[in-house]
Amino acid sequence: MKKILCTSETHPLTWWLGDNHNNTIWITEYRNKNGYKAAEKVCKNFNPIDVINIVKDSKLKGRGGAGFLTGNKWSLMPQYEKGVNRYLICNADEMEPGTYKDKFLMEHIPHQLIEGLLISSFALQVSRAYIFLRGEYVQAEKILNRAISEAKELGFLGKNIFGSKFTLDIVIHSGAGRYICGEETALINSLEGKRANPRYKPPFPAMVGLWGKPTCVNNVETLSNIPSIILNGVNWYKNLSKSNDTGTKLMGFSGRVKCPGLWELPFGITANELLHNYAQGMKKGLTLKAWLPGGAGTGFLTPEHLNVTMEFSSISNVGSRLGTGLAMAIDNTFSMVSIVLNLEKFFSRESCGLCTPCRDGLPWTVKILKMLEKKRGHENYITLLEELCNQLNTGRTFCAHAPGAVAPIKSAIKYFRSDFEAGLLKNKL
Amino acid sequence: MIKVNLLNSNFRLNSLEKNKIKNQIKYYEDSRSVSIEALKIVQKERGWICDEAIFAISKLLGVSVVDIESVATFYNQIFRQPVGKNIIRYCDSIVCFINGYKDIQMLLENILAIKTGETTQDGMFTLLPTCCLGNCDQSPVLMINDDMHFCVTPKLIPNLLDSYK
Repeated sequence: MKKILCTSETHPLTWWLGDNHNNTIWITEYRNKNGYKAAEKVCKNFNPIDVINIVKDSKLKGRGGAGFLTGNKWSLMPQYEKGVNRYLICNADEMEPGTYKDKFLMEHIPHQLIEGLLISSFALQVSRAYIFLRGEYVQAEKILNRAISEAKELGFLGKNIFGSKFTLDIVIHSGAGRYICGEETALINSLEGKRANPRYKPPFPAMVGLWGKPTCVNNVETLSNIPSIILNGVNWYKNLSKSNDTGTKLMGFSGRVKCPGLWELPFGITANELLHNYAQGMKKGLTLKAWLPGGAGTGFLTPEHLNVTMEFSSISNVGSRLGTGLAMAIDNTFSMVSIVLNLEKFFSRESCGLCTPCRDGLPWTVKILKMLEKKRGHENYITLLEELCNQLNTGRTFCAHAPGAVAPIKSAIKYFRSDFEAGLLKNKL
Repeated sequence: MIKVNLLNSNFRLNSLEKNKIKNQIKYYEDSRSVSIEALKIVQKERGWICDEAIFAISKLLGVSVVDIESVATFYNQIFRQPVGKNIIRYCDSIVCFINGYKDIQMLLENILAIKTGETTQDGMFTLLPTCCLGNCDQSPVLMINDDMHFCVTPKLIPNLLDSYK
C-alpha cells in the first residue's frame, strides 16, 4: 500500500486511524483528537437552518451511489411542527457487491458516524435517529452498540445535549437480509416491519416517510462527512477535491489486483492512479480486461477509460456511474458472459418481486446468459438481451433495481460483443 | 391432496423471548416494526420459525398472522423450515466469483454431501449462498454462524468444518 501522510486536513474521514487500519477509535481517543467538537459547536451556537446552509454550501453529495446533493435533500424536509415526529435514518444496509466502505467506517470510526448523526439530527430537528444496519454486519453492530453507550454516558446522546434543548436517541435496527432494503423507500417499509418493497414517489420520504412522518435517509459515509465540514468550514472542504465534487471519498479496487483495498482519496484522481499507485496494478501474468467503477449496478468500462477521473460527472460522461466508488477489476482470463451471468444471478435473486418487468425479466436474462455460457445460444439471443435491457430500463420498472441490473449487460455487449457471439450455436437451429 | 399441518396447541414463547420482544416495542411508533426482530429473537432460541411461532408472535405484537408470515417468507435470514446447527454462508458475489468461490462451494458440497440450500443428515450444517459480505479485499469469504472467515482456500476447509462439530 502506498504510504500516505494522513492528517485531519487531508483525510477527514480516516486520519484517525493513522497507519493502523485494524483498530477501532473509541471515545477517549476520538475526543482527544477533537471528536465531538463539531457537535458541541453546533448545539451551542447554531440554528438548525445554519447547519443546513453550511451543508448546502459544501456541495456534499450523497455517498450511497446516486450522488444527490445532501443539503438539497435536507431542505426538502418540511418546517418543524410541534408534536409531529420526524426521523433521520442512516442507511447502513450495505450489500452492493464489491462495496465495503460503510462497514469500514462503522467498525473503525463509529463515533464519527454518531457525531454525524447528532449534527444532522440537530439540523433536521429530529429527536430519534435509526441506523438501519445490515443483518450480516454482526461486528459493526457490536461496535456501534458500545460506541452509542459510550456517547450516552458522557451525555452526547439523550436529553439536553451540550446544555441545549436538543434531545436525541439513536436506535440500531438490524435487518434480516435482502439487497432491496438499501433502496430508501423499501428501507422505510422494512423498518415498519413490512416486506421491503419500494414505495411510489412522490410523495417523497421528506414529506411522507417512516410511519407517514417527514423522514430523511442518508448513507453512512455521507453522515460521516458532516463533522469535519462543520469543524473546518466549507472552503476547506471544497479545496480538498481536485474536481467539481467536493471533499474526499472512500475509493478502492478489488479483484485480482496486487493489493486490493480501500483508501480515502480526493475526488478527481484518475482511475489509473487508483489502480496502479494504490492497488499496485494487476497480479503477475494478468491484464485488465474491464472494470466496474462502483459496484455491481454500474456499467463496465475498458482499460482505455482508465484516464477518466473518479467523480460523478466524468464517469457518467463515459456512460457509467461512479456508484459507491469501489471499483472492481476483471482480468483477461474471464469471458464477460460468465461475469455478467454472476451479476445477473445476484440481481435476479434480490429482486423484490413487486413489479413484473424486474421479477420476470431478470431471471430471463440469467437463462439467456446461461445458454450463452454453455455456447448454446440461439442466433437472436444477443438481440433479445438488448431488447430486455430496454424493457428493464429507467421508467419501465418501479425502482432503480432493474435499471442498475441491466447497466453491466448493456455495457458488456457494447465493449465485448465478441464474447457474447462466442456463445452462439455455430450451427443454426 | 392438500397437506394440512395441525398446529401444536402446547406451543408457547418462553419468557425470555417474550421479554426481549416486548422490550423492542418502545423504540418504534408501531409494534409491527418489531416483527422482523421478533422473528430473529425466536429463531435464535429455536433455530427456525415454525407455524406456531408465527401465530404466537402475531398475538404478542397484535399484528395479523398474514403480515408476520409475509415478512417471515420475504427476508432470507428467516428460516421457515428446520436448519442445521451451523449455518454456512459462502459469498457468491462478483469479487468472490473472480477469486474462485465455486471451488469452495463444490468442496463444501462434496464434504457435506449436500447441495446448496440443504442440511446435512446429522443436522450439523446448512449450506447457503449470500451476497457480498463486505470483505472484498480478503476474498473469498465464508460466514459460519456469526463468524467471518477470510481468504478461504479449499485446503483450509476440512479443518474449518471440524472446528464447528
